[in-house]
Amino acid sequence: MSQIPKDLKYAKSHEWVRTEKDGTLTVGITDHAQELMGDMVYVDLPQAGAQIAAGKECAVVESVKAASDVYAPVSGEIVAANDALAGAPETVNKDPYGTGWMFRIKPANKAELDGLLDAKAYDALVASEKH
Amino acid sequence: MGLRTPLYNSHIKLGAKMVDFGGWDMPLHYGSQIEEHHQVRTDCGMFDVSHMNVLDLRGAGVRDFLRLLLANDVARLKTTGRALYSCMLNARGGVIDDLIVYFMDEQWFRIVANAATRATDTAWVGAAARDLGGVGVTARDDLAIIAVQGPNARAKVYQALGEALRAATEGMRPFHVVTVGELMVATTGYTGEDGFEIILPAKAASFTWRMLREAGVPPIGLGARDTLRLEAGMNLYGADMDETTTPLESGLDWTVAFEPRERKFIGREALEQQKARGVARKLVGLVLEGKGVLRNHQKVVCDGAGAGEITSGSFSPTLGKSIALARAPAAVALDGRCQVDIRGRPETVRVVRYPFVGHGRSCLGKQ
Repeated sequence: MSQIPKDLKYAKSHEWVRTEKDGTLTVGITDHAQELMGDMVYVDLPQAGAQIAAGKECAVVESVKAASDVYAPVSGEIVAANDALAGAPETVNKDPYGTGWMFRIKPANKAELDGLLDAKAYDALVASEKH
Repeated sequence: MGLRTPLYNSHIKLGAKMVDFGGWDMPLHYGSQIEEHHQVRTDCGMFDVSHMNVLDLRGAGVRDFLRLLLANDVARLKTTGRALYSCMLNARGGVIDDLIVYFMDEQWFRIVANAATRATDTAWVGAAARDLGGVGVTARDDLAIIAVQGPNARAKVYQALGEALRAATEGMRPFHVVTVGELMVATTGYTGEDGFEIILPAKAASFTWRMLREAGVPPIGLGARDTLRLEAGMNLYGADMDETTTPLESGLDWTVAFEPRERKFIGREALEQQKARGVARKLVGLVLEGKGVLRNHQKVVCDGAGAGEITSGSFSPTLGKSIALARAPAAVALDGRCQVDIRGRPETVRVVRYPFVGHGRSCLGKQ
């Protein structure tokens, strides 16, 4: 069973979003997503300062099995990227919600967060994909 | 639901991620494909490859039959207990399958071929046997295959399966085979490491699997099997060659026995014509210099030589970078540079001789 922390928001494309105290949003891929992909071998992240648009690809993760786009869950500006992943992409497998985070966004419009799924709705989405 | 090997329940109990492979439900990995890869390179591990197709060919005419059927020449098998890798070709020289043939006795040869081509192979071999006569073909669906591979494979197998097996196989060089009771033990494999492929009755499979596990041999999935064989520079049927490509375009010239000239084998004429015309394409190794992963079917552009395509691309856990086999124009030079389009981004690759890895170490420095 994959983990789905209750305090996070989720995109249908399997990214998670955590709202930080300073109002920025931390983004990674879910436990379910890393499990589907298998061992990560390469992570290509956006650079700080980049402008991203909700629903558009903004990062790439590659596992032994396949390459997959990571989509921006909301629009805004990248304020940080987890550069430690370049040397240790397996962190995404081991700790997808913690040290395996990918980038931090300063959102352009906080209302976009309301369009994301809560843990319960994401759980239902994962369950429906298994059938 | 797909076909299941006798070890299906063992895989489920071990928490394997199961995937479809040529119609079979097979384990992709049991947790981490990369850790399993390193496990085989540094110690040993075992694979369930019972989905592969075992055919027994028996009869007074079996040697002559195989000399016609296979591009390699079983006349090279001079004593019983020897094994040979070969392609089986159609009349156009295209590869129907690649296989290993084991010389059991003068009236019995055993073939182990790919799972995904089971139906084609069985039909092709069956039809040829009916045409020629003197040979009977039996599909051995009552057997299982466990491959134990890695530098410590032999020691662990002896520990698990006993002294009789040690006595029968100690010092056996690659591409040999013996029978020990109900087991057929061959020094063949698909990883580039030392080890055994053990063919055994299906009913003995889960017991043997458990004995090996208790001796400290962990299970390895087909995911690691693929990266291990790619590092070892071994072709994968359906990816690196198929019925539309010949062995000469697939880095398998060494497996085609043109001598003796009087031997007729299926596909010979087509290969001789291709040789006379000049073989336009060849299989080369590629190493990605930058970041990313090379994947099957990506286009490879080589300045002045033309374009080719990746036939097997993946990440090499041993080298820590991406490697590939590619079918490229014959003019592409070793150590030259080509460009691969990775998701719209041009990346530079170096053309290298393969295998990429031998006995756990990089072969790239030697070039």
